[in-house]
Amino acid sequence: MTENTPNDLGIRVGLEVHQQLATNKKLFCDCKPIETEEYSVKFQRKLRAAKSELGEYDPAALFEKSKSKSIVYYGNPESSCLVEQDEEPPHELDADAKKIALVIASTLNSDIFSEIYPMRKTVVDGSNTTGFQRTMLISQGGSFETKENKIGIQSICLEEDAAKNLGDKGPVRRFGLERLGIPLVEIATEPFEVDPKDIKKIALALGRILRSTKKVRRGLGSIRQDVNVSIREGGDAVVEVKGVQQLDQLGKVVEYEAARQHGLLTISKELQARKWAHNEDEDRRDITELFSKCSSKIVQNAIRKKQKIVGVAFKNLAGLFGFSPYEGIRLGREIAELVRFFGIGGVFHSDELPNYGVEQADMDSLKGFMKIKESDAFLILACPEEKMKIIIDQVILRMEYIKNHGIPIDTRLATQEGQTKFLRPRPGAARMYPETDIPPIMVSKDELEESKKNIPKSWDESLKELQTRYGLNLQLAEQVFDSKYSNLFEKILEKSKTSPTFVASIFCSTITNLERSGLDSELLKNKEILKTFEFLEKGKIAKESIEIIFEKIMSGKSGTVEDAMKASSIETIDESDLERIIQEIVDKNEQLIKNQKERAVGPLMGIVMKELRGKVSGETVNSILMKNIQKKI
Amino acid sequence: MSEYMGYKGRSLEFLKANNVTVGDSVKILTDITCSGIIMPRYEQYSDDQHIVIKLKSGYNIGLEIAKIEKMEKIQTFEDIAQAPDQITKKDGLPKILLLSTGGTIASRVDYRTGAVTPVLTAQELNSSVPELCEIANIDAEVLLSEYSENIMPEDWLEIADKVKEFEKSDYSGIIVAHGTDTMHYTSSFLSFALSGFPIPIVLVGSQRSSDRASSDAALNLIGATRFIAETKTRGVYIAMHQDENDDTIACHLGTRARKNHTSKRGAFQTIGDNPAFIIAEEQIQKNMNKDFFATKDFEPKIKLDTKVALVKYHPGYDPKILEQIIDSGINGIIFEGTGLGHVGRVMYESIKKAREKGIFLGMTSQCIDGRVRMTVYESGRDLLSLGITPLENMIPEVALVKAMWALGNYEKSEEVKEIMLQNIASELTN
Repeated sequence: MTENTPNDLGIRVGLEVHQQLATNKKLFCDCKPIETEEYSVKFQRKLRAAKSELGEYDPAALFEKSKSKSIVYYGNPESSCLVEQDEEPPHELDADAKKIALVIASTLNSDIFSEIYPMRKTVVDGSNTTGFQRTMLISQGGSFETKENKIGIQSICLEEDAAKNLGDKGPVRRFGLERLGIPLVEIATEPFEVDPKDIKKIALALGRILRSTKKVRRGLGSIRQDVNVSIREGGDAVVEVKGVQQLDQLGKVVEYEAARQHGLLTISKELQARKWAHNEDEDRRDITELFSKCSSKIVQNAIRKKQKIVGVAFKNLAGLFGFSPYEGIRLGREIAELVRFFGIGGVFHSDELPNYGVEQADMDSLKGFMKIKESDAFLILACPEEKMKIIIDQVILRMEYIKNHGIPIDTRLATQEGQTKFLRPRPGAARMYPETDIPPIMVSKDELEESKKNIPKSWDESLKELQTRYGLNLQLAEQVFDSKYSNLFEKILEKSKTSPTFVASIFCSTITNLERSGLDSELLKNKEILKTFEFLEKGKIAKESIEIIFEKIMSGKSGTVEDAMKASSIETIDESDLERIIQEIVDKNEQLIKNQKERAVGPLMGIVMKELRGKVSGETVNSILMKNIQKKI
Repeated sequence: MSEYMGYKGRSLEFLKANNVTVGDSVKILTDITCSGIIMPRYEQYSDDQHIVIKLKSGYNIGLEIAKIEKMEKIQTFEDIAQAPDQITKKDGLPKILLLSTGGTIASRVDYRTGAVTPVLTAQELNSSVPELCEIANIDAEVLLSEYSENIMPEDWLEIADKVKEFEKSDYSGIIVAHGTDTMHYTSSFLSFALSGFPIPIVLVGSQRSSDRASSDAALNLIGATRFIAETKTRGVYIAMHQDENDDTIACHLGTRARKNHTSKRGAFQTIGDNPAFIIAEEQIQKNMNKDFFATKDFEPKIKLDTKVALVKYHPGYDPKILEQIIDSGINGIIFEGTGLGHVGRVMYESIKKAREKGIFLGMTSQCIDGRVRMTVYESGRDLLSLGITPLENMIPEVALVKAMWALGNYEKSEEVKEIMLQNIASELTN
C-alpha cells in the first residue's frame, strides 16, 4: 500500500474458507462432481425475491432483483439432473459428505450440534437455480494454531457449491450446472487482529488441516477464501471481501480495504462537518435539454439511446468527491462503482470536470440552471429514465449512510490488482429460510465418536511420516503435502519402485516449472500421470521423457500420454527388441568386454543410450547390458 | 405462532421453567454462548430433548437441553402485525377475481411437519406478484386452504357454487389457485357443472412453492391474468408452465389436461393435442378452433354422485375385487382398460353382474392418449355385448368426474349413457 496508510488501524480479519469435499456424488443427488465440456441441456429462468421465515425481504436479494437479468443454464446429464435444474426435490443428504464435515469439525475441536437444520440461503444472482443455496450449520466454536497465533473458529457449515458462471451475454447471465451441488464446507474464523503480512500463513495453515483429512478436493477452484475486514474505529462495520484468487493477494487486499474503511471514516466526518443534506425537490434536475449540445461522447451516446441526463447538486461538498484520504480512495470512486453495479457507465462528478468532453461552458450553464454555488459539488448521470430515480436514491442513501454511520456494510469483490470493489449489500439473517424439502438431520453419539476417531494426523506428524516413509527431506515433504498431488504421490508409490524423491521432484519442480513457463497443469489429468509412471516402471519410457510428455500435455498439444509420446517421437520399444539391440552391440564390442570386463558397461551404456534415448530407461538398459556382458566374460 | 408450538415433554417443561416462549430472544450458555430467537419445533422428526434457535446469522440449530447450562431471556416476542401490502388499482384495467383453494402455489413453511403448508392468503399471493396490478385489477378471496389430495368432490361443489355467483358480475374472468395433483379433476367438474359459463375460469397451480425465489407461481399467475385480460375466451382452463423455461405458459383445456410428471414445472400436458393457448412473452397464440362449451347458454348443473369407481385393469386383476366394488353400492364404474379398451375374460362374469344391477359401465384406455375402439378385437366385442359404453378418447379421470356429474344430475340410465357420449365441454375431441 502507500506510505500514508496509517500503521495502526487495528485491522481485524475473519477468514471464510470454502473447501470442496472429495465425494463421489453431489450433496443432494447422485450426479458425479465432474467437469463438463459439452452441454446438451439448456433452459432459461427468472428469479424473484421471496420473503424470509420472519416475513422480511433480504436487502441483498432485493438489490439483485432490481438489476433483473434473465438467466440461462447449461447442463450435462452426467454431471447434473433434475435436482440441479430445480425440477425435482433434493434427494437425501450424501452420507459421505456428512462424515467428512463431521471429521473436519472434530479436527478443529468445534462443537457439533446434535440436530442440524438444512436452510436455504437466499442467492438470487442466478448462481443457484433454486434462488437459494442449501446450507447447514454443523458446529460452532473450536480453534487451530499456527506457530504465532491461535485462531478461533466461529462456525462450520456444510453446503452446496454454486453453479459455474459462464459470463454474461447481453442481458442474459449464463451458468453451467456441473459445479452446482458439489458439497463444500465453509469454515469461518473468529475475527483476529493481525499484521496483514501474516494472513497468508493463517489461511495456509487452515488449508493444510483440511488437506490432512485427505477427503477434500484439490485443484483449481476447489478451495476459495473470503475475508471479512474491519478496523478499530469502524465499530461493528464488517465488510466481506469475496473472490481473493491467490493467497499471496490476501495481505494486499486486506491492507487496501482497511485503508478504504479508514478513508471513508474521514469522509464521513467531513460530510458531517459540512452539514450536507439532500433535498429531493431542489437537488435533482433533468438536464437532457441543457446538455443536448454537450460534446461529450458519453452524453451524446446516452441522448441517442433516448436516455436522460440528470444533474444532482450536493450543497457545500465542493472538492469532496475528488478528495483522496489515501491513494486511490475517493468518494467519487465509491459512487461510480455503485452506479456501475446497476449497469450505468455514465457518471461525472464536479471535481473531475472539465474533462471527458464536458467543457467549462457546460458546467457554467449547469451551475446557473441548478443554482449551484462554488462551494457546492454536483454529479452528472446518464441512464434510462425508468431507472433514474432508483439509482439516484441509491447514491443518496449511500452518502447518507456514510455520513451518519461511516462504513457501509458491503459485500465486495477483490480485484486482480489487490483492491476491492462493490459487489452488493451484505446479506442479513433475513436471507435464511428453512429447507422444507429436507427433514432435520440428526447426529448420533456413534457418529460423533466415529468422527473423533478419524481426526487426521497433524501437519507436523504428516510431514514426519512423509519423511520417514519415503525418505524425503523436510522441504520436499512440505512441498509434496502442499501440492495438489499429495494423494497421487502416495498412490503412485504404492505400486511403483521408482524413487520417491524422483516422483516428488516431478510434482514439485518439473510440473511447477512448466506452470511457471505459462503452461496449464489442469490439462494434465491424474489418469495420465499414473499412466506415465506405469510406463516408466515398465521401461516403456525413460525418466528424461516425462518432462517432454508433460510439456506436450500441459501446453494442450496432446491429450494423452500416448499422443504426447507419438508427437515427440518417443517410441516405446518392447523387451525382445531391446534385448536384440543390446545383444548386437555387445557382440560388436566383444573385444572391449574382454579387455575391460564389467567396467565395459560404462562405454557400452553410452553406445546403447545413443541409439535408444528416450525410448527406454537407463536402469533397464544397464541391467540387460550387465546380464549380456557377464555372459561374455 | 402459538406460544410453545411443537414443543412437548421435557423441552416444553424446560421452556416453561425458564419463562420463555416461541419468538423470544434468548442468550444460551452451553459449551459456547449463543444468542438467537426460539423457533417453533416440528412435531414430526423431533424428540423432546432439543430446542430450536435461530441464530443471528439466520441459521436454525437444535440445542440439546441436557447441555444447556443457562438460558436468559433478552427480549420478549412481540407480534408485530404486518400491514398488508397495499395494491393500487388502476382505472380502465379489466377486473379479475382470484379464488384461492390452497396448494403449493399458496404454501410456506409449516412448523407442524417442517414441510410446506398452503397458508398464504389470496391477497398475499396477489401482492407477491406486483406485475399483476399492471394487467388487471384483482380482487382476492380465500375459499379453502387445502392441498389438492385433500380436495373432495364436496369442495368441487363449493367452488362451483362460488363461481356461479359471479355469472353476472363485471369480472372478466376468474382465477382459481389450486394444488396441481388433482387440478384436472376440479377443472373437469367445473367444466360440466358450469357448462356455458359466460367468462373464462382459469385454474393455476405451481410446482415450486411461492416462498422460493425460483417459484413458478408468479409466471403462472401472470399468464392466467394475461389470458383472461387479452383473450376473453370462455371455458375452463389450466394455466401452467409450458416446459422448464420461465418464458411460456401453456393454457390447457380443463377437460383435456393431465399432470404427467411428479415435479417438473411443465408437468401438465394437453393429451393428444397442442395446448389450447400458448402465452408467450410477446403474444398469445390460439390453437383451439372450436368453442369450449357445446352450449351457448349458461346451464349450471351443480350436483354429483360420488358412487363411481375408477378401475384400472391389469394382468392378475382379481375379479373378486370388482365384485366387492359392485356390492358396495356403486352406481358407475369407469374402466381404465388396456389398449383399445379391453379387460381380460376373467372379468366377464362380474361385469355381467354389474350390468344386471343397472350400474353404468364406461370404458377408457390406460394408454391415456388415443381413442378406445372396441370392435377390432373379439374381447372388445364381447365387452360391448356385456353393455360397456366406450367413451371415445375421454381421459380416464375426466370420465370419472363426468360420470359422477352425470349420475348426480340424470336419473335414467339411458340418459346417463347419452350424456356420457355427448360432448359438453371439449372432453371428446376428434
